[in-house]
Amino acid sequence: MNLLEIDQLHVHYPVHSDRWGGPRAWVRAVDGLSLTIPAGETLGLVGESGCGKTTLGRAILRLVPITSGRIRFAHEDLVRLRGRDLRQRRRQFQMIFQDPMGSLNPRLTIGQIVGEPLSIHRLVSGRSARRRRIAGLLQSVGLNPDDSERYPHEFSGGQRQRIGIARALAVEPRLLVCDEPVSALDVSVQAQIINLLQDLQRAHGLTYLFITHDLAVVEHISHRLLVMYLGRMAELGPTRQVCRTPQHPYTQTLLAAVPAPDAPGRPPRSVISGDIPSPIHPPSGCPFHPRCPRAEPRCREEIPAPRLVAPGHWAACHRAESAP
Amino acid sequence: MALLEIQDLQIDFGNDSSAVRAVDGVSFDVEAGETVGMVGESGCGKSASALAIARLLPSPPARYAGGSIHLAGCDVLSLPPRGLRRLRGRIVSYVFQEPASCLNPVMRIGRQIRESLRLHRPEADSDAEVVSLLHRVGIASPERRLRDYPHHLSGGMQQRVMIAMALASEPQLLVADEPTTALDVTIQAQILDRLRSIQRESAMSLLLISHNLLLVAQMADRVVVMYAGQVVETGPARHVLRQPFHPYTRCLHDSIPRLGSDQSRLRAIPGQVPQPGHFPSGCRFHPRCPIVQPDCSRTVPPLVDAEPGRQVRCPYALALSPPDPSP
Repeated sequence: MNLLEIDQLHVHYPVHSDRWGGPRAWVRAVDGLSLTIPAGETLGLVGESGCGKTTLGRAILRLVPITSGRIRFAHEDLVRLRGRDLRQRRRQFQMIFQDPMGSLNPRLTIGQIVGEPLSIHRLVSGRSARRRRIAGLLQSVGLNPDDSERYPHEFSGGQRQRIGIARALAVEPRLLVCDEPVSALDVSVQAQIINLLQDLQRAHGLTYLFITHDLAVVEHISHRLLVMYLGRMAELGPTRQVCRTPQHPYTQTLLAAVPAPDAPGRPPRSVISGDIPSPIHPPSGCPFHPRCPRAEPRCREEIPAPRLVAPGHWAACHRAESAP
Repeated sequence: MALLEIQDLQIDFGNDSSAVRAVDGVSFDVEAGETVGMVGESGCGKSASALAIARLLPSPPARYAGGSIHLAGCDVLSLPPRGLRRLRGRIVSYVFQEPASCLNPVMRIGRQIRESLRLHRPEADSDAEVVSLLHRVGIASPERRLRDYPHHLSGGMQQRVMIAMALASEPQLLVADEPTTALDVTIQAQILDRLRSIQRESAMSLLLISHNLLLVAQMADRVVVMYAGQVVETGPARHVLRQPFHPYTRCLHDSIPRLGSDQSRLRAIPGQVPQPGHFPSGCRFHPRCPIVQPDCSRTVPPLVDAEPGRQVRCPYALALSPPDPSP
């Protein structure tokens, strides 16, 4: 069953107001994206800065205005929901942020932080039940329940990320959008958090949208992988297949750029030239064509539609071979 | 004699009464023309050690509490201000993580680079030289970029400008402190590629500091692994990565997810990264170490030779966990 279905989603932001305050240009942060996430799956989302990965995550949570398109969560149209209905539905999808210090209120104890969603959604009644629930949540993310009276600054980066996870879990969500959850952490602590997220998924049947720029992390944690470039899908497919036999030249470039000195059987490093174009003035045709080593004339004119290259594996490239 | 020799360096931060030792007995060398990678996590003292090479740490709060630094034959820690000025730029220059915060936002980049030329190589102070520098760091059509302000450039371009500025003085040693951490992976690959070919062409030494073990191993000839203010392992990059000796290096190596590996669960290192002022007693890795012995919490192990060219700060590294020969 698909928990989340996104159809032709567009999120455009106005930039550069003219002298009457109207928009002069638009950033097409997400530009016609469709995908589904089955319940219990982890969809990894990779791409470089400006590719729209964070905007997509926020759009799913209805944290940014949606220009057009449909988002269906458990068969219900999220885009139309307003006010109290939306607040009620938000219980089912929560977010984990990159910077654990910036997303925790420094003046609340961690018990209050984890307990706040419980009060908002009126999930427990009575002080002792609330205390028990908070203790259970802290324990489930590997924190000591006796620490619930302490403040965020008393914890290290990895522990703060655990607090953020406990807060997200408090309302028993079905979907967690994890936006770069380990990027700000020390290398030796990253693995702890990745393992914790995997354990929680197994224990609670959670569905993850895991947004990151780190391909090695995403290959490890996700079942399917979506590669985005300038607001569009470049490639989508089973993670292992995308990483072993990438069909889109951009995915190939990304994989080749990951430092891995002794990986056996990996293609020779190819460094592509050029910068990431601005999403305000995206190139014509295929957005990747100015940097693409295999671009041909039609790439400059036609935007390539995603085509099926293998079962469940899509690539938006004119030169990708369609599956028979 | 090596270009850079650091012996038993100790750096304290803070007042005498509440001073915290952030760097505790760090020793390593950088030979002429060599690339040395320095790896470690936050608070391990890698940046402080790197800044100390040109005595760039503001003092106070920093205090050089002991040890010595010799760079191109000069005793850095006892140089008068004049000598330091001669050293900075001409012998050693730096590239930092955040190019946007290092560039002057109200000065065109051509002028900023010429400033470095005027100070260190007045004979080459010309737009033509700036263009050739920008060309070397991989900026397309550099003539047109001279009159740009930093905010006209992307992060990758800004970092290239920083590298061009650092190279303007033709240093013998370039210290790059997390030069690509703020950049996207495809841009990171471009910049590392450029750095490597520039280093080869000019026979400059490069000290590359990073938290990324795989990146350092790919770039460097030798690596220095730091933990909690101390060097825990040094050796040729390829050997250290293929067969790490120190339990910390091994754990770090095993905990990093890698492309193309099939493991279903990462081997995480338990516990937290210790911060200066809260370093554990004895061996500083002992609370998190998988092969910890009773006396590890009491005695500080010395850095000893494990193999020719390789040093390890753990007496049990080889005895208790024989290195497996598989790659």
